Amino acid sequence: MNQTAIKLDGVERNFGAVRALAGVSLEVGSGECLGLVGHNGAGKSTLMHILAGTLSPDKGEISVGGARHEGQWSVNVARTNGIRCVFQELSLCPNLTVAENVRVVHGSLKGFGWKKRSRDLALAKLDEIFPGHGIGPTDAISDLPIGKRQMAEIARAFTLTDIPLRLVILDEPTSSLDAVTAQQLLTFIRSQVAKGTSVILISHLLGDILGTCDRIVVMKDGKAVAERPAKKFDRHSLVAAMGTVVSRHKSTDTKLEQAKSQAPVAIRARPKTASDTDELIAHKGEIIGLAGLSGHGQTRMLLQVFSRSDAEITEPLAFIAGDRQSDGIFNLWSIASNVTIRSLRSLLKRGLIVGDAESGLAAEWKDRMGIRTPDMNNNILTLSGGNQQKTLFARALASEAGIILMDDPMRGVDIGTKLEVYEMIAREARNGRTFIWYTTEMEELQYCDRAYVFRNGAISASLDHDDLTEEKILQASFAESSAA
Amino acid sequence: MTSIWNRFRHESWIWSFLAAIGVWLATITYTGGQGAGEILTAALSFATFSIIVGLGQMMVITTGPGNVDLSIPATITLAGVVAMKVMDTDSARLLLGIGAALGVSFLVGAFNYGLIRLLRIPPIIATLSSSFLVLSTAISYGRGIRIKPPLPLDSFATMRFLGIPLAAVFVAVLSIVLAIVIKRTLYGRAVVAIGQNPRAAWLAGINVNRTRFITYALSALLAGVCGILLSGFSGGAALNMGEEFLLASIAVVVIGGTSVAGGRASVPGIWGAALFMYLLVTMLNTFGASAGVRLIMTGVIIITVIVIAGGEREQR
Amino acid sequence: MNRSLLRSLLPIISLAVVLGATFYVQPRTMSYFGLNLMLQYAVPIALATIAQMFIITVNDLDLSIGPFVGLVGCISATLLYSNPLLGTLALLLCIAAYAAVGALIHSRNLPSIVVTLGLSFVWLGIAVLILPSPGGKAPGWLKSIMALQTPFIPFPIIAAIVIGLVVQLALMHSSLGVIARGAGGNPRAMARAGWSMLKTKAAMYALAGFFGVLSGLSLLGLTTSADAHVADRYTLYSIAGVILGGGEFIGGRVSPMGAVIGALTLALAGSFLIFLRISPDWQIGAQGAILILVLALKAPLTTREASK
Repeated sequence: MNQTAIKLDGVERNFGAVRALAGVSLEVGSGECLGLVGHNGAGKSTLMHILAGTLSPDKGEISVGGARHEGQWSVNVARTNGIRCVFQELSLCPNLTVAENVRVVHGSLKGFGWKKRSRDLALAKLDEIFPGHGIGPTDAISDLPIGKRQMAEIARAFTLTDIPLRLVILDEPTSSLDAVTAQQLLTFIRSQVAKGTSVILISHLLGDILGTCDRIVVMKDGKAVAERPAKKFDRHSLVAAMGTVVSRHKSTDTKLEQAKSQAPVAIRARPKTASDTDELIAHKGEIIGLAGLSGHGQTRMLLQVFSRSDAEITEPLAFIAGDRQSDGIFNLWSIASNVTIRSLRSLLKRGLIVGDAESGLAAEWKDRMGIRTPDMNNNILTLSGGNQQKTLFARALASEAGIILMDDPMRGVDIGTKLEVYEMIAREARNGRTFIWYTTEMEELQYCDRAYVFRNGAISASLDHDDLTEEKILQASFAESSAA
Repeated sequence: MTSIWNRFRHESWIWSFLAAIGVWLATITYTGGQGAGEILTAALSFATFSIIVGLGQMMVITTGPGNVDLSIPATITLAGVVAMKVMDTDSARLLLGIGAALGVSFLVGAFNYGLIRLLRIPPIIATLSSSFLVLSTAISYGRGIRIKPPLPLDSFATMRFLGIPLAAVFVAVLSIVLAIVIKRTLYGRAVVAIGQNPRAAWLAGINVNRTRFITYALSALLAGVCGILLSGFSGGAALNMGEEFLLASIAVVVIGGTSVAGGRASVPGIWGAALFMYLLVTMLNTFGASAGVRLIMTGVIIITVIVIAGGEREQR
Repeated sequence: MNRSLLRSLLPIISLAVVLGATFYVQPRTMSYFGLNLMLQYAVPIALATIAQMFIITVNDLDLSIGPFVGLVGCISATLLYSNPLLGTLALLLCIAAYAAVGALIHSRNLPSIVVTLGLSFVWLGIAVLILPSPGGKAPGWLKSIMALQTPFIPFPIIAAIVIGLVVQLALMHSSLGVIARGAGGNPRAMARAGWSMLKTKAAMYALAGFFGVLSGLSLLGLTTSADAHVADRYTLYSIAGVILGGGEFIGGRVSPMGAVIGALTLALAGSFLIFLRISPDWQIGAQGAILILVLALKAPLTTREASK
């Protein structure tokens, strides 16, 4: 009980210009359940990936069982030291069965009779954690609903063969579980911890954290900002520790506000991902924010609007991606081509794109967005991340679209670029463009006329500009427990 | 001179042209300069057919990994057969025959895409299965006496002017048109965008399904053009006329520098690669190399090209 | 649960339908002799299909298996016949070459379609060098094995089933088979669990080479003389056989027994079409139609991963 299971010292990690971890030290005792909480971008997942060996730190040391680890820390090293993890992106093989997936993580499950051993191991652990689970060890993962998949992966993490279990990292383990199974898991965690295993629990369900953990560490902006025994925290103080003390307020222009709410409705939609939810309404010229913890349905809402499914929309739409690589950038193209792709129709003459008109459009938006490049014909990847993002903005704004959907586009962008872009958004809105802005940063919501807070796929709150305080947003983002 | 070199050095297609020139020089060095012109003319004559279908295959491959058209040989055969039968050696029915052949080709392309989209069959299997059906249609419709092409078609396909085949000029014009389409039309931009990132393309407002449909139809149409031309060239349609073009169409795309991962098409590269392949065969024949050596060289070159280019993204 | 059951039954149902239809149209085939004749080439086709299946398991595709089978035949009819030791060495070298290709494809992240396309030319070229025109002689022991007469059930059927069962056991029920299939299902997760994807790919390609060698040998045993081009069709047959057998191109979902049954179905379909007195012109088209039909039936059963 007094030993240290794992210790992280001064861990730093950057992703390009973004400081994901700015020097974090963390210690987990054996037989302790440590809770890790924080808002978006706090660095929790990055830290856990480093601990699990899937990411390497730029700086910092890892100690196991009190002894500092020399040499490269890798996935295999972590595993042989008894560290297991269950991340939000499940790492099961969908084409294999539950028992076979257990075999994958245990090199010793081989030879004659491995199947029975694997099956028994899987079933026993499932029975132990989730009594009445209804999962057969010979079920193929692809045949299981997401909740059961999560149960299978969690159970697998706790299976024991030759390597003793030192630490299990659980990153939002109850996100797909119902109230009953979630409670079973939390009870199991307590019993495991009593046997000497350590657990790190990351969850946005503050009730679960407060009820299950021995100690809680709060992270914010890549640092650990608070650390106390769980008994010394309550919901209110946790929320307070996660947010900043001062919340800035942009001065409101009430006349402009009134004018905006009288404007015609541009969008009316109800999120499909929840049965009991409010409606999203946007008037022409408004900047509507989508807030709440990431992954709670905001992007899905944007895509639902983009597909015009179950929504009343009166104008052409444009989408600005936040995940540049997978949703936005055309890697092989020039900056100019990346800008003009949405606006080509307006550049046509007799069916062909006019070269001069195209380069003219690109040049115009280079100036308007302030894209820093010597030549718009250079490849897009020569730009910095912030300028790449500006390119995506230019693409949407250069088009004829009247409604712009933004999927957390300023994530990881430098402050200078951000301020320029905010200016642009405000100006375009004044000219009648409507913006739906999913953002994971509090400060950006200050630019919105109104914000909808998402929780578990539904709109949990609608806050007008004056009510857009950090506290109110956090309150609406965090549910009490999985039963809520 | 160096500035011209610097301008073109980075183009992916330059290497296939250099290789083609290199091989041609090696050949005429061996023959002591004899027949240099004829060799080029012959290469142009034969390469044009690979180029036509190579262009179509290039468009399909450019729409993204996993996309390939294996029905090209069958479409070539069907188009040739239909053209010959409808024309029936009558010059007055020339346009009718061409129209029928192209119409049938378009149907094949539409059928291919129907299998891919509606039945969710992977493009490889879809175009493979449809090629069986198309080939059977060609065989059964084409049974009987070998019908000769009408004179205008025969002349067009075989005529040469100053050593340059008229057909090659025609295909050159076709290539230029396609290059313009790729660079300067909405459709062309859409294809290249989808090949780089289908999700980003959708989010940028591109109709991905329609673009893919047009592409498969285009590939089939170009195969049809090849079939018509080939029939004119060979004095009629034969039931195995498309055989060699399956692997040739893919090889010409790969060696020509078009990215197999999609998103980058190279029209000049198709020309360079096709010329290179035929000149290579000529060179090896001139050197007295056997068929086996020729095949091995082709394979080694394909593998070398792709190893150097390397894999660009996660792909099969 | 229901879906995966249907998926695994589909190949058997297809085979039963084709078999039943054949018997109906031509009752005389319902005999030892008839079945033996129709399924003569089942063994080499099944072996080639299994080879392709190993490649498809790791999310790749092999366009060179047909020419490879032809090459094996040429090597065996010449080198193996005259100098068994050297011949065996040559065949082992072929398997090693396959493994090397797999390693190359993985380490450089190359598209297998293009690499195996080039490889098909190489195999064919070497085969043509060895035997520019059909010839050579099959070793006596090969001929004897392939001419085996088993009681009650024709040898090709027994052999095909045994092959299918052995591979089924190895791939679907062994602890190493789990790793191979996992490599196709979620290679990143497998690597994170500490398994070498390079070694896995090389091993699967080596297995493909091994079964390709077996296919070439068995084919030679039947045809008694070799021909570089004899197995050109095998590439497409093997791909179709795997898919018919319930396999999928991506995701590591394959069925060895299904692949064998798929191969048998394709072989039978050929004969069936002859008996149906479908004009020879439509033989090949009908094969395409059958393929499309089976795949159309599979469409609602095709696994679709839950979107993010």
